[in-house]
Amino acid sequence: MMEVLELLKKLTTLDGVSGEEKPVRDFILSHIKDYVDDYKIDNMGNLIAFKKGTGNSGLRIMLDAHMDEVGLMVTHINSDGLLKFQTIGGIEARVLVGKRVRVGEKGIPGVIGFKPIHLQESSERNGSVNKKKLTIDIGAKDREQAEEKVSVGDYVTFAYDPVDFGDNKLMAKALDNRVGCAALMELLKGRYEWDVYGCFTVQEEVGLKGAKTASYQVMPHMALILEGTTCYDVPDTQEQGMSTRCGKGPALTVMDRSVITDRDLVRFIASTAEQHNIPYQYKQTISGGTNAGRIQVNGTGVKVAVMAVPCRYIHTPVSVMDKSDFNHMITLARKVLETLPKSDAAKRCDQLVQPPAISLFADKGGKTYV
Amino acid sequence: MFDLIKTLTQTYGPSGNEKKVAQTIRGLLEGKVDEIRTDAMGNLICVKKGSGKKIMLAAHMDEIGIIVSYIDDKGFIRFGNVGGIPPLIILGQRVVFENGTVGVIWYEESIDNMKNAKLDKMFIDIGAKSREEAEKLVKVGDMGVFVGDTIEQNGRIISKALDDRIGCAVLVQLALSEPETDNEIYYVFTTQEEVGLRGAKTAAFGIVPDMALAIDVCDMGDIPGCKPMAVKLGEGPTIKIKDRSVIAHPEVKDALIMAATENKIPYQMEVMLEGGTDAGSIHITAGGIPSGGVSIPTRFIHDAAEMVDMKDVENAIKLLAEFVKA
Repeated sequence: MMEVLELLKKLTTLDGVSGEEKPVRDFILSHIKDYVDDYKIDNMGNLIAFKKGTGNSGLRIMLDAHMDEVGLMVTHINSDGLLKFQTIGGIEARVLVGKRVRVGEKGIPGVIGFKPIHLQESSERNGSVNKKKLTIDIGAKDREQAEEKVSVGDYVTFAYDPVDFGDNKLMAKALDNRVGCAALMELLKGRYEWDVYGCFTVQEEVGLKGAKTASYQVMPHMALILEGTTCYDVPDTQEQGMSTRCGKGPALTVMDRSVITDRDLVRFIASTAEQHNIPYQYKQTISGGTNAGRIQVNGTGVKVAVMAVPCRYIHTPVSVMDKSDFNHMITLARKVLETLPKSDAAKRCDQLVQPPAISLFADKGGKTYV
Repeated sequence: MFDLIKTLTQTYGPSGNEKKVAQTIRGLLEGKVDEIRTDAMGNLICVKKGSGKKIMLAAHMDEIGIIVSYIDDKGFIRFGNVGGIPPLIILGQRVVFENGTVGVIWYEESIDNMKNAKLDKMFIDIGAKSREEAEKLVKVGDMGVFVGDTIEQNGRIISKALDDRIGCAVLVQLALSEPETDNEIYYVFTTQEEVGLRGAKTAAFGIVPDMALAIDVCDMGDIPGCKPMAVKLGEGPTIKIKDRSVIAHPEVKDALIMAATENKIPYQMEVMLEGGTDAGSIHITAGGIPSGGVSIPTRFIHDAAEMVDMKDVENAIKLLAEFVKA
């Protein structure tokens, strides 16, 4: 398992804010292309990899992990050389202050500056931060100098490298959702009874967009969404408000804002975990959304489940996960893929009328390089 | 008809857990239609074959409810909402889970401080004395529905879950009456309407009908102090002009009006300012499907005691029977 953890760490160092996932996609593709049967990159930028099944039921399962992360975009360059920006995806203003960032494809270093405490009025010290007043300082002396290095529309990401620390913990940016990407890369090494479509999707953080076109092409009968999710065993949270707990195993979703998952499938996953002594937990809040919401209502409907690694301080440059949760998610997902076709959860699947997958792969002998 | 309404409203079926309702309806319609199938979302699709137009009539099976999010050491249950639940009217209500376990909803603070009445300050007491005792009956992720019996009084029905079992009852009764027509009729009982019109979307995709109607409840404007709305209980089913999710297709709307006027069936025009219906997701499925709706005026929607008028229910069935013939 050591290898996949190194893969995850490398993935968190890559920049892939929603709409600009190419660096992440290129990295993933360079690793998986030798062990998947075929792949394509669709118009939105989703990477869809195909692994032919050993059975002949014609049933398809889609595995989804979104590649994008939350970040910023430069919207204006001030005359003094400071950059105004917009957030892409959910980032809280208080998280931004004093953070190191990279701007644009060249990765120009910058910092989100703030008035030091010595100069603040007492009213400014109450802890609230106005996102609109924040700027990125790239050390340029004026607009002209700044424009030589960056331009309006450049993406901005947090510039933080992963750190192993504490009791089997990993601290990194973009754990949401490079944990899913790394797990999916690992799972695609296997071959299973059903046809597997591994979808590395784009633009989840801005409205579950990539998953919509990816699932339209695959038209799966079932789908498993691999995610990083909120984790609230953090200060000031009462036990009943905790979403998930770090180190207690991958979390299964029953319901969130976007989806009510398929009951039979979720129960099957839970019983598989119990059977193989893999820890798991249920996510205890119903907030947030996942690609499952988009995939479920595709075609004549898809049976969906969500499996997620709990991530403390999610959507910050320093999200924290327990490595055992990540490893257990992979083990559990693999067991599920191996045993699902014979399970009760899959019983009626062959009676479901789902249009065929758009023929990307089946009739082609070789790989479709894009 | 009352017995049918009672059976359907008293069957457990929060969003995502509509199986029991589907089984009940399947039992009622088996042999009366040509084909019954379900899709991956759990929609129940009952087809009466024909050579004419494909007409889809949709009523959702799911009801609002609560979902268990946490059980504490003392056996008290924390919960979230499944569909739109007004926090003020659920206090003191009973909920029942699929296995029959009953609980009472109560609130952490004093009852005179209702301004902060939020769901995360509420809990459910199932009489358990510890977490272990509670977990024998209820688990995280289980869903509960409100308790509210079904009675008929002064020609009106009071019950839980009339939204939208009354629509289901209308469609079941219509199917049993076997209206004479060449058209192919799809009686579709959908899932997960209360959480975002989800089931109707995949059901419609699998059918691609020429025309579709959502049969649901709608608000009214004839109780003290309510928002003005030109709909009254007992004055006829409504023909939908618009709600928050859809603007009815003019041809569908006109066909309904014609069916009503030609057959002297009372009707009202519905402009519902809040809330959506399955028509909202059906009309933008596939290449677009002309859609509209027929609704039953309903008081106290999403309360454990909703109220409809039987005359409206009967006239809705008559109106739909004429509509599908056209």
